[in-house]
Amino acid sequence: MATSRLPAAEFDAEEQLDAQHLPEFPRDPSGMVQMLSPDGELNSSGFRGYVPAEDELAALYRDMYLIRRFDQEATALQRQGELALWVPMRGQEAAQIGSARAMQDQDYAFPTYREHGVAVSRGVAHADLLKLFRGVTNGGWNPKDSNFHLYTLVLAAQCLHAVGYAMGMQRDQLAEPSLPKAATVAYFGDGASSEGDVHEAMVFAASFNAPAIFFCQNNHWAISVPTEVQSRVPLAYRAHGYGFPGIRVDGNDVLAVQAVTRWALDRARNGGGPVLIEAFTYRMSAHTTADDPTKYRLAAEEEQWVARDPLTRVEHRLRATGTGEHFFQQLEEEAVELAGNLRAAVLSMSAPGLEHRFAATYAEAHPLIQEELKAWKDYEAGFDIEGGDR
Amino acid sequence: MAVMTIAKAINEGLRAALGTHPRALLMGEDIGDLGGVYRVTEGLKAQFGPERVVDTPLAESGIIGTAIGLALRGYLPICEIQFDGFVFPGFNQITTQLAKMHARSDGLLSAPVVIRIPYGGGIGSVEHHSESPEALFAHTAGLRIITPSNPHDAYWMIQQAVTCADPVIVFEPKRRYWLKGEVDVSAVPTSPFQAEVLRVGTDATIVAYGPLVPVALAAANAAAEDGTSVEVIDLRSISPIDFDTVTDSVLKTGRLLVAHEAPTFGGIGGEIAARITERAFLSLEAPVTRVGGFHLPYPTARTEEHYLPDLDRILHSLDTVLAY
Repeated sequence: MATSRLPAAEFDAEEQLDAQHLPEFPRDPSGMVQMLSPDGELNSSGFRGYVPAEDELAALYRDMYLIRRFDQEATALQRQGELALWVPMRGQEAAQIGSARAMQDQDYAFPTYREHGVAVSRGVAHADLLKLFRGVTNGGWNPKDSNFHLYTLVLAAQCLHAVGYAMGMQRDQLAEPSLPKAATVAYFGDGASSEGDVHEAMVFAASFNAPAIFFCQNNHWAISVPTEVQSRVPLAYRAHGYGFPGIRVDGNDVLAVQAVTRWALDRARNGGGPVLIEAFTYRMSAHTTADDPTKYRLAAEEEQWVARDPLTRVEHRLRATGTGEHFFQQLEEEAVELAGNLRAAVLSMSAPGLEHRFAATYAEAHPLIQEELKAWKDYEAGFDIEGGDR
Repeated sequence: MAVMTIAKAINEGLRAALGTHPRALLMGEDIGDLGGVYRVTEGLKAQFGPERVVDTPLAESGIIGTAIGLALRGYLPICEIQFDGFVFPGFNQITTQLAKMHARSDGLLSAPVVIRIPYGGGIGSVEHHSESPEALFAHTAGLRIITPSNPHDAYWMIQQAVTCADPVIVFEPKRRYWLKGEVDVSAVPTSPFQAEVLRVGTDATIVAYGPLVPVALAAANAAAEDGTSVEVIDLRSISPIDFDTVTDSVLKTGRLLVAHEAPTFGGIGGEIAARITERAFLSLEAPVTRVGGFHLPYPTARTEEHYLPDLDRILHSLDTVLAY
């Protein structure tokens, strides 16, 4: 399936690329797709058929509002010593909710470790997202239930898994055309875009025309290193070098993100191949709770992005179009309840015993594991014989 | 029974695996029309098509990483890494992702990827084409590592690797690719994670695997001419290691020598020496001895004969063990 779709000669490549591009796309990928301005002004766009209906805006706002509250609560839990670490996502709500809401059930997301908004949209329970950070598991949910893969802490490794999985979807589709058409979304950041695995993933995705969307949240900072150190060109430009479209979207505009991702997924599901989406956004908080952004970036920059807050612009729009105070009050009550439930769930989480680690490392029986488990149990049993509390 | 080389036996094993398992596929560089640089995959693309025998872009992390994704989707990828020294660009995917997928998911996910790596020296090649990195992978929990030393095992082990629910690395002894032997295609194969006593003896035990098994057997034959009875064990599996078979042998012979091509420092031989000392200390008549490579980058082709454990070095070490 690979070679038949590749250009016959390298000089054909450009023409084929042109044919692949939708004409309504900005030919200059640095030209950012935006639909809802920071002031809440709605603009027309070229993504007709993919733009969410205006009456979906309240639901998108609700998702963003609740995930922000979840994020705040998790940060507080870390500060109180209940979580080992937390990875805040404040500022990236639109990029995550918008892209996740563009996916269909049969699609599959491969996250890094900051995609809490995507996770919840895919059906992962809020509390399950904290298990890894609580230190009771390295997973926390069954990816097969939500089509949302486990978090991957080694940067960019999941991009290749997403492409491989997409290659599998493509094969399944060929073997069984009645299956729903599906695609994967690989999430990664501007920092991870420098990792070799992102490049290899893009090469493989292009070579095999895999239905894989690369969703880069350019949040401007890889811990303390700015995007300019990762790339001399807008990240969206890079896609052209691999032979598929790259689009920069206002990552703080939930409507634009959803429309662009819907278009890309639709295209991939129908055999159009990969797309790179660069969601231009900003991490308003720290990289993790171990980080101190005041050491490397200016307050003025942060202020600038507060003005582009992904929630505020939707709130402006909702109020301007007649959404009453009752909606916002009810949402706040819901958020308070979510936070309370979350806190109770986290405090009740305990780790399974070490036996569980022995049991989960291999799928088939393994003599070394059995031997070491027995030795450890015998050692532990020694304390029981002597009685007394340990 | 058919007589074939190890390379042909793996080829036939892969053919059988592809025929039996519709979701199995081969992935790697040059494995299609060329049939692999060692021709191990020769003819398979012609038989099964480019969807089942996939020539990939030249990127080891890409091969392993996409194989993980395919495995998560329910496929059975069998990856070829062209040479031992080229596995390192894929090391991250193997050790941080493939090995840990089952544990990370608390057993909910499986990534039963098979990785074939031609390894070891003795073919007079250039840098990065003759290494033995098995200990680097054996140290990582979640992986299984096997290495055939003869065509019969080669035929069966590759098929057993495909049906194993865990990720398996198959280290193929490349200087033995042309070693001929009988293959019983109708046999019931023994577990690939079990060692095999190839020669029974009473005075000392030699444990070897992969490319050094024929050398160990030759050493035992030479020792027999001097009246020494040497037991030879083909380890077959490097992770897990079948310590029971080795222990039983040492309880009988009282002396153990481990031979492998990889550097002795931090190697599999040290692990075997330590475990056997724990298990059979009172039966040991001599310290466990290791014969292996030196703490050097693999030497150049013109000097490798001094680096590789040969008949004389193993016999010399045997003399040392027997002198106690």
